[in-house]
This record gives sequence, structure tokens and C-alpha cells, in this order.
Amino acid sequence: MSEPTNDPAEQLQAPDQPSEPRWRETLSALLANRLAAAGLVILTLLILAAVFADLVAPYSFTDGDIVRRLEPPSRDHWFGTDELGRDVLSRVIFGARVSLQVGAVAVGISLVVGTLIGLISGYRGGWVDAVLMRTMDVLFSFPVVLLAIAIVAVLTPSLRNTMIAIGVVFTPIFARVVRGSVLSVREEVYVRASRSLGASDWRIISRHVLPNVAAPVIVQTSLSLAFAILTEAALSYLGIGVQPPRPAWGLMLLDAQGFIATGAWWMSLFPGLAIFLTVMALNLVGDGLRDALDPKQRSIIQSRGVT
Amino acid sequence: MSTALLEVEDLHVHFSVGRGRDRQTVRAVDGVSLRLERGQTLGLVGESGCGKTTTGLALLRLVEPTSGRVVFDGTDVRALSKRDLRAWRRRAAMIFQDPYASLDPRLPVGESIGEALDIHGLHQGKQARRDRIGHLLERCGLHPRVADRYPHEFSGGQRQRIGIARALACEPDFIVCDEPIAALDVSIQAQVMNLLNELQQDLGLAYLFIAHDLAAVQHVCDRIAVMYLGRIVEEAERLDLYREPQHPYTQALLSAIPIPDPVRERERERIRLEGDVPSPIDPPSGCRFRTRCRAVFDTCERIDPALQEVTDDHRAACLLHGEVGTPVTS
Ligand SMILES: Nc1ncnc2c1ncn2[C@@H]1O[C@H](COP(=O)(O)OP(=O)(O)O)[C@@H](O)[C@H]1O
Ligand code: SF4
Ligand SMILES: [Mg+2]
Repeated sequence: MSEPTNDPAEQLQAPDQPSEPRWRETLSALLANRLAAAGLVILTLLILAAVFADLVAPYSFTDGDIVRRLEPPSRDHWFGTDELGRDVLSRVIFGARVSLQVGAVAVGISLVVGTLIGLISGYRGGWVDAVLMRTMDVLFSFPVVLLAIAIVAVLTPSLRNTMIAIGVVFTPIFARVVRGSVLSVREEVYVRASRSLGASDWRIISRHVLPNVAAPVIVQTSLSLAFAILTEAALSYLGIGVQPPRPAWGLMLLDAQGFIATGAWWMSLFPGLAIFLTVMALNLVGDGLRDALDPKQRSIIQSRGVT
Repeated sequence: MSTALLEVEDLHVHFSVGRGRDRQTVRAVDGVSLRLERGQTLGLVGESGCGKTTTGLALLRLVEPTSGRVVFDGTDVRALSKRDLRAWRRRAAMIFQDPYASLDPRLPVGESIGEALDIHGLHQGKQARRDRIGHLLERCGLHPRVADRYPHEFSGGQRQRIGIARALACEPDFIVCDEPIAALDVSIQAQVMNLLNELQQDLGLAYLFIAHDLAAVQHVCDRIAVMYLGRIVEEAERLDLYREPQHPYTQALLSAIPIPDPVRERERERIRLEGDVPSPIDPPSGCRFRTRCRAVFDTCERIDPALQEVTDDHRAACLLHGEVGTPVTS
């Protein structure tokens, strides 16, 4: 057997270590973006607060001291107390649990269902695609909150139904994002190459299509989480979302409304601020991810991070 | 006649484009017949857009042919069920033109190669699989340890070597090489070409070697088929074709190749191909080449010339060699 022709210039240096895994690269690109890093810090704190609410919150979220009702922020009650004398800080912390839970479960539902629909639609094409996408278009054409209201109204308001409603509402977004990506990935030469080796549709979808549509889906997930939390707040504020005595931020705003005239600004400010911070953090992370996952953009971000 | 490894008869691939009233048919491949012997190379040459890639894809049923016969080692490829087709794919591979697009950016290159092994259950077991991937990389001039790296870490030439390693993974008898060096730096084209040659010698591979000019296949093919607008217009043994081109299109393509000998190079007459290639949606009546042929005469728009034997073992589709073909109706 003859020696393979090797030009030294063409011969790749044998690596001493395997190259860095992609997720690590993505993470460092994400952290190099200061805004995204800030968003990530805020999110981490929020999640920790939500998970360890029992340890972190200074008071119970249900039992108040009726004597000390409607107190402004003080050393005992940093965020003041509400009309039943409950500690607003504790309720905001426990509210994080509800908000994040609703967001995660709702977006989880739309992520799974939407991705499945988008995959089938984009990969199969033809009438299957037409039917699925028409359905999604109809769902999509309703204003989000209105559709959620309609669903909750039918199902009776509860935490679980709020999650289902928001999940349904966000499904078309994922279906569309995934379908669009599948349509372009499906035409890639590497998919054709895989087929030329004898790969089945299932293998092509799981090994090539899914990993290559993951980036836009991840970005969409963080943005949708922000919208889902806003929608939950809106539904709860309208009284058809999470039900008392559970402390949801939207519900706290609804409560606070009656006491704005009495000057109890802290009752609305802090839950509002919590919503704002969470949504902003998720958007920052989402934008950061979008850039970090796009290899063409990555070098720009990295150089920006250095200066 | 011995049975060829691959026989293609009257292959058609038509695409529908547009919707409703604007629906049109692209006759990308419009009656191609080819024959390839075991261990040999058939060059398929023609300008961009004439249907070479589509022909290669259709042979492997990576696009479905509209009609025609493809017989591979006695197997009617078009008759294979979906399942049998996947199993058959072991025997016929493809190397793609664009080495940047043909490797999945999310997979380490070793995995792209290993996929072929997994699909057909070859070299299973962690160590056996690793060894086989390493061996294939090495065979293609790369270090076995690069298997863990991602495509973006390689140059075009290196990626094409990986593409070749992947094509070899299941020990095929036949590889469609779709302009495998056209997208590479001139400096490394020869190396990849040499690699393909060595592999053919050592492994007894048969190639369908696609190229867009005759210079690229000058030294590699046993036979050459020249393609124009979805048809084969000339087919012959390589040297025969270079010495005695019978079709005006082949003559024009040949005249574009510089000759190393300075005396003959000075005398070289260049035939310019005027105008653009007509659209495969609405090809010219009669001879498809007539809109650009410098030898065109009045019969050319009335008869669609058939590919016929003009000298021994040398076929061409031109009315200058006798008015044999299909008369144009209406
Ligand atoms: N999927 C497709 N749909 C419509 N037209 C196509 C498709 N694939 C190829 N074509 C057309 O068929 C013709 C031949 O294309 P191709 O086989 O790629 O040519 P070549 O490889 O010789 O450059 C071109 O006109 C091209 O635009
Ligand atoms: S048939 Fe006529 S137009 Fe066609 S190649 Fe021959 S001479 Fe030219
Ligand atoms: Mg091509």
C-alpha cells in the first residue's frame, strides 16, 4: 500500500487535548457579554430565592400581624406590610416561586408540543404541514392574553390551568421557530450526506436536525419565559390566574390597587419591580444567547468582551 | 458484453417549480444513459447547471428519478423498497462539492464518519469503532486524533479528506465524486486528486467523477461523458475524446484547455462559447446546442440528434455525423 500523500502544510497538528466542547464555548461567549452576564446573575439569585424561599423569607406569606397592617418599609419589614399585616418581602420571595414555576411549566409545555409540531411540519411538508400550520396560525392570530383568558375561563381559574393556558398560547411560537429552522436544515448538504450513508428519517431528525435547530429554540425559550411570566401576572391581576392566598406577583398588584389611594406605594412597587427585573433578566440572557449561539457573531462578542 | 457495475438507461429527472398557473417543469436530466465498469472512472463533464449533480443524486436515489432505469451490479435500484435502499447504500457513496456544507457543524468529525458504521452495524464496540475511524482518517492523510474535533477547525482540503473518509467507511464499490476539488485551493487540488487516485487503485473503487471542465478530468478518467442541458452529447474513451472530439460542444470545451507544449499552445485555436446556456425549462427545439453551435445548419432545429456511434466505441449526438434522431413535431 502506498503512503497517503501528505503535504506538511495540509497535515493537521495532532491535538494534545480534545477541543473545547461547544456548550463551554457558548457559556464563555455568553459571560463575555456584560449585559447577559448581569441577567444571568439576577436570574440565578431569583431562582435561589424561589427554591430556598422557606429559608430566605423572614416571615410567613400567609400569616400577618393585623395590628401592623399597611406599614411602610422599615427595619422589621424591608418592603413594608400589606392590608393584612403580611410581610411584602416574604410574599415577593414566595411569589418568585409561583412565577418561575408557572413560567417553567408553561414554557415547558409549549416547548415540547411546539417543537414536535414544528419538526413534523417542517420535515414531512405537504398537507401535514399545511394542516398543522393553519391551526397554529389561527392560535397565533389571537392576542395572547385574550386567548389565555378564554382558555382559563373555560377551564376555571387555578394555578394548573394558568400553566396550561399559557402553554397552549405559546405553542405556535415554538412550532413556527422550529419549522422554519427545520425547513432550512433539511436542505443542508450534511443531511443529504447522512441519507446517502443509509440513515433513517429518525436518525436524521435526532442526530442532525434537532441539534441544529436547538440554538433558535434555546433563545426562544428564554424570551418566552419572560412573556409567560408577564402573562401570568396579567392573568392573576385580572383575577383569573393564580388564586389567593398563593402569593403571585400579579395577584399582589391586584391587591395593592385598592390601597394606592391610601398611599401604600410599597405594596405595588415591589411586586412590580420583581416582574420587571425577572422579565428584563430573561430578555438580556435571551439576547446574549442569540449572539453566543451564532458562530459568526461570536468573535465580535469575544473581542468586545476583551476591550 | 460483460455486465457493467452500473448501467443507467434513459434517466429523467424533472422538477416542478412554481404553483398553479406558473407551474413549470425543469428538465434537469432529460434522457441520460451511462455505463460504468467495475474499478473504473467515468468522467461526467459539462457547464454549471447542465444536470451533473442531479444525475449523480438520482443514481443514488437521493432525488427520485422521474423515469429511466438504474441497474447496479444486477440490482434494479429504482425498485428497492425504502428499507432495502438503506441497506444498499453501503455499496454506493457520494463525495460532495462543498466541503464546508457537507459536514454537520454540531458533530465532531469522527462522529460523522462513525455514523456510517453505526447505520450498518459495522465495527461495533467502542474500541473497534474508534480504531476504524482512526484508520479511515489516517488513510485519508489526517491524524487519527483529529476525530474529536469539529468541522470548523479544519481547512477546506482537510474537510474534503474527512468527507472522503466518510464515503469509504462502509467499503463501497462505487463513489459519486461531485466536483470534489472544484471548491478547494488550487494548491491542494492535486493532493486530494492523488488521494482519490490511490484509493481507487488500492480499493478497486469505481468513480463517477463530475467536473465542469475537461481540464479537471484530463488525467483521471477511463471514459468521459460530456453533458449539455440534461443530455449526454458525447461519450468515449478518454484519450479518444481528447484526440478526436466529435461534437462541436466538446471541441469548444477542449479548446479552452491550455497545452503545455509552447509551440502547439501558440497554434491553439480557441472556440468561444457564445451566449448563455438556455433554460432547462424550455430547451431549444431540435439540437439543444444549436443556439451556441458554430457549425449549426438548418436541419439542427428540426431534428433532435440521437447519441450514436460515430467511430469505434465513440458516441456523439450531432447531425454532422448523419441526420439520425427524432424529428421535431409541429
Ligand atoms: N430541487 C430542484 N428544484 C428545481 N430545480 C432544480 C433542483 N435541483 C436542480 N435544479 C435545476 O436543475 C438544473 C441542473 O442542476 P444541477 O444538476 O445542479 O447542475 P450541475 O450540477 O451540472 O451544475 C439547474 O437548472 C438547476 O437549477
Ligand atoms: S446538431 Fe447541429 S447544432 Fe447540434 S451540435 Fe451538431 S451541428 Fe451543432
Ligand atoms: Mg453541480
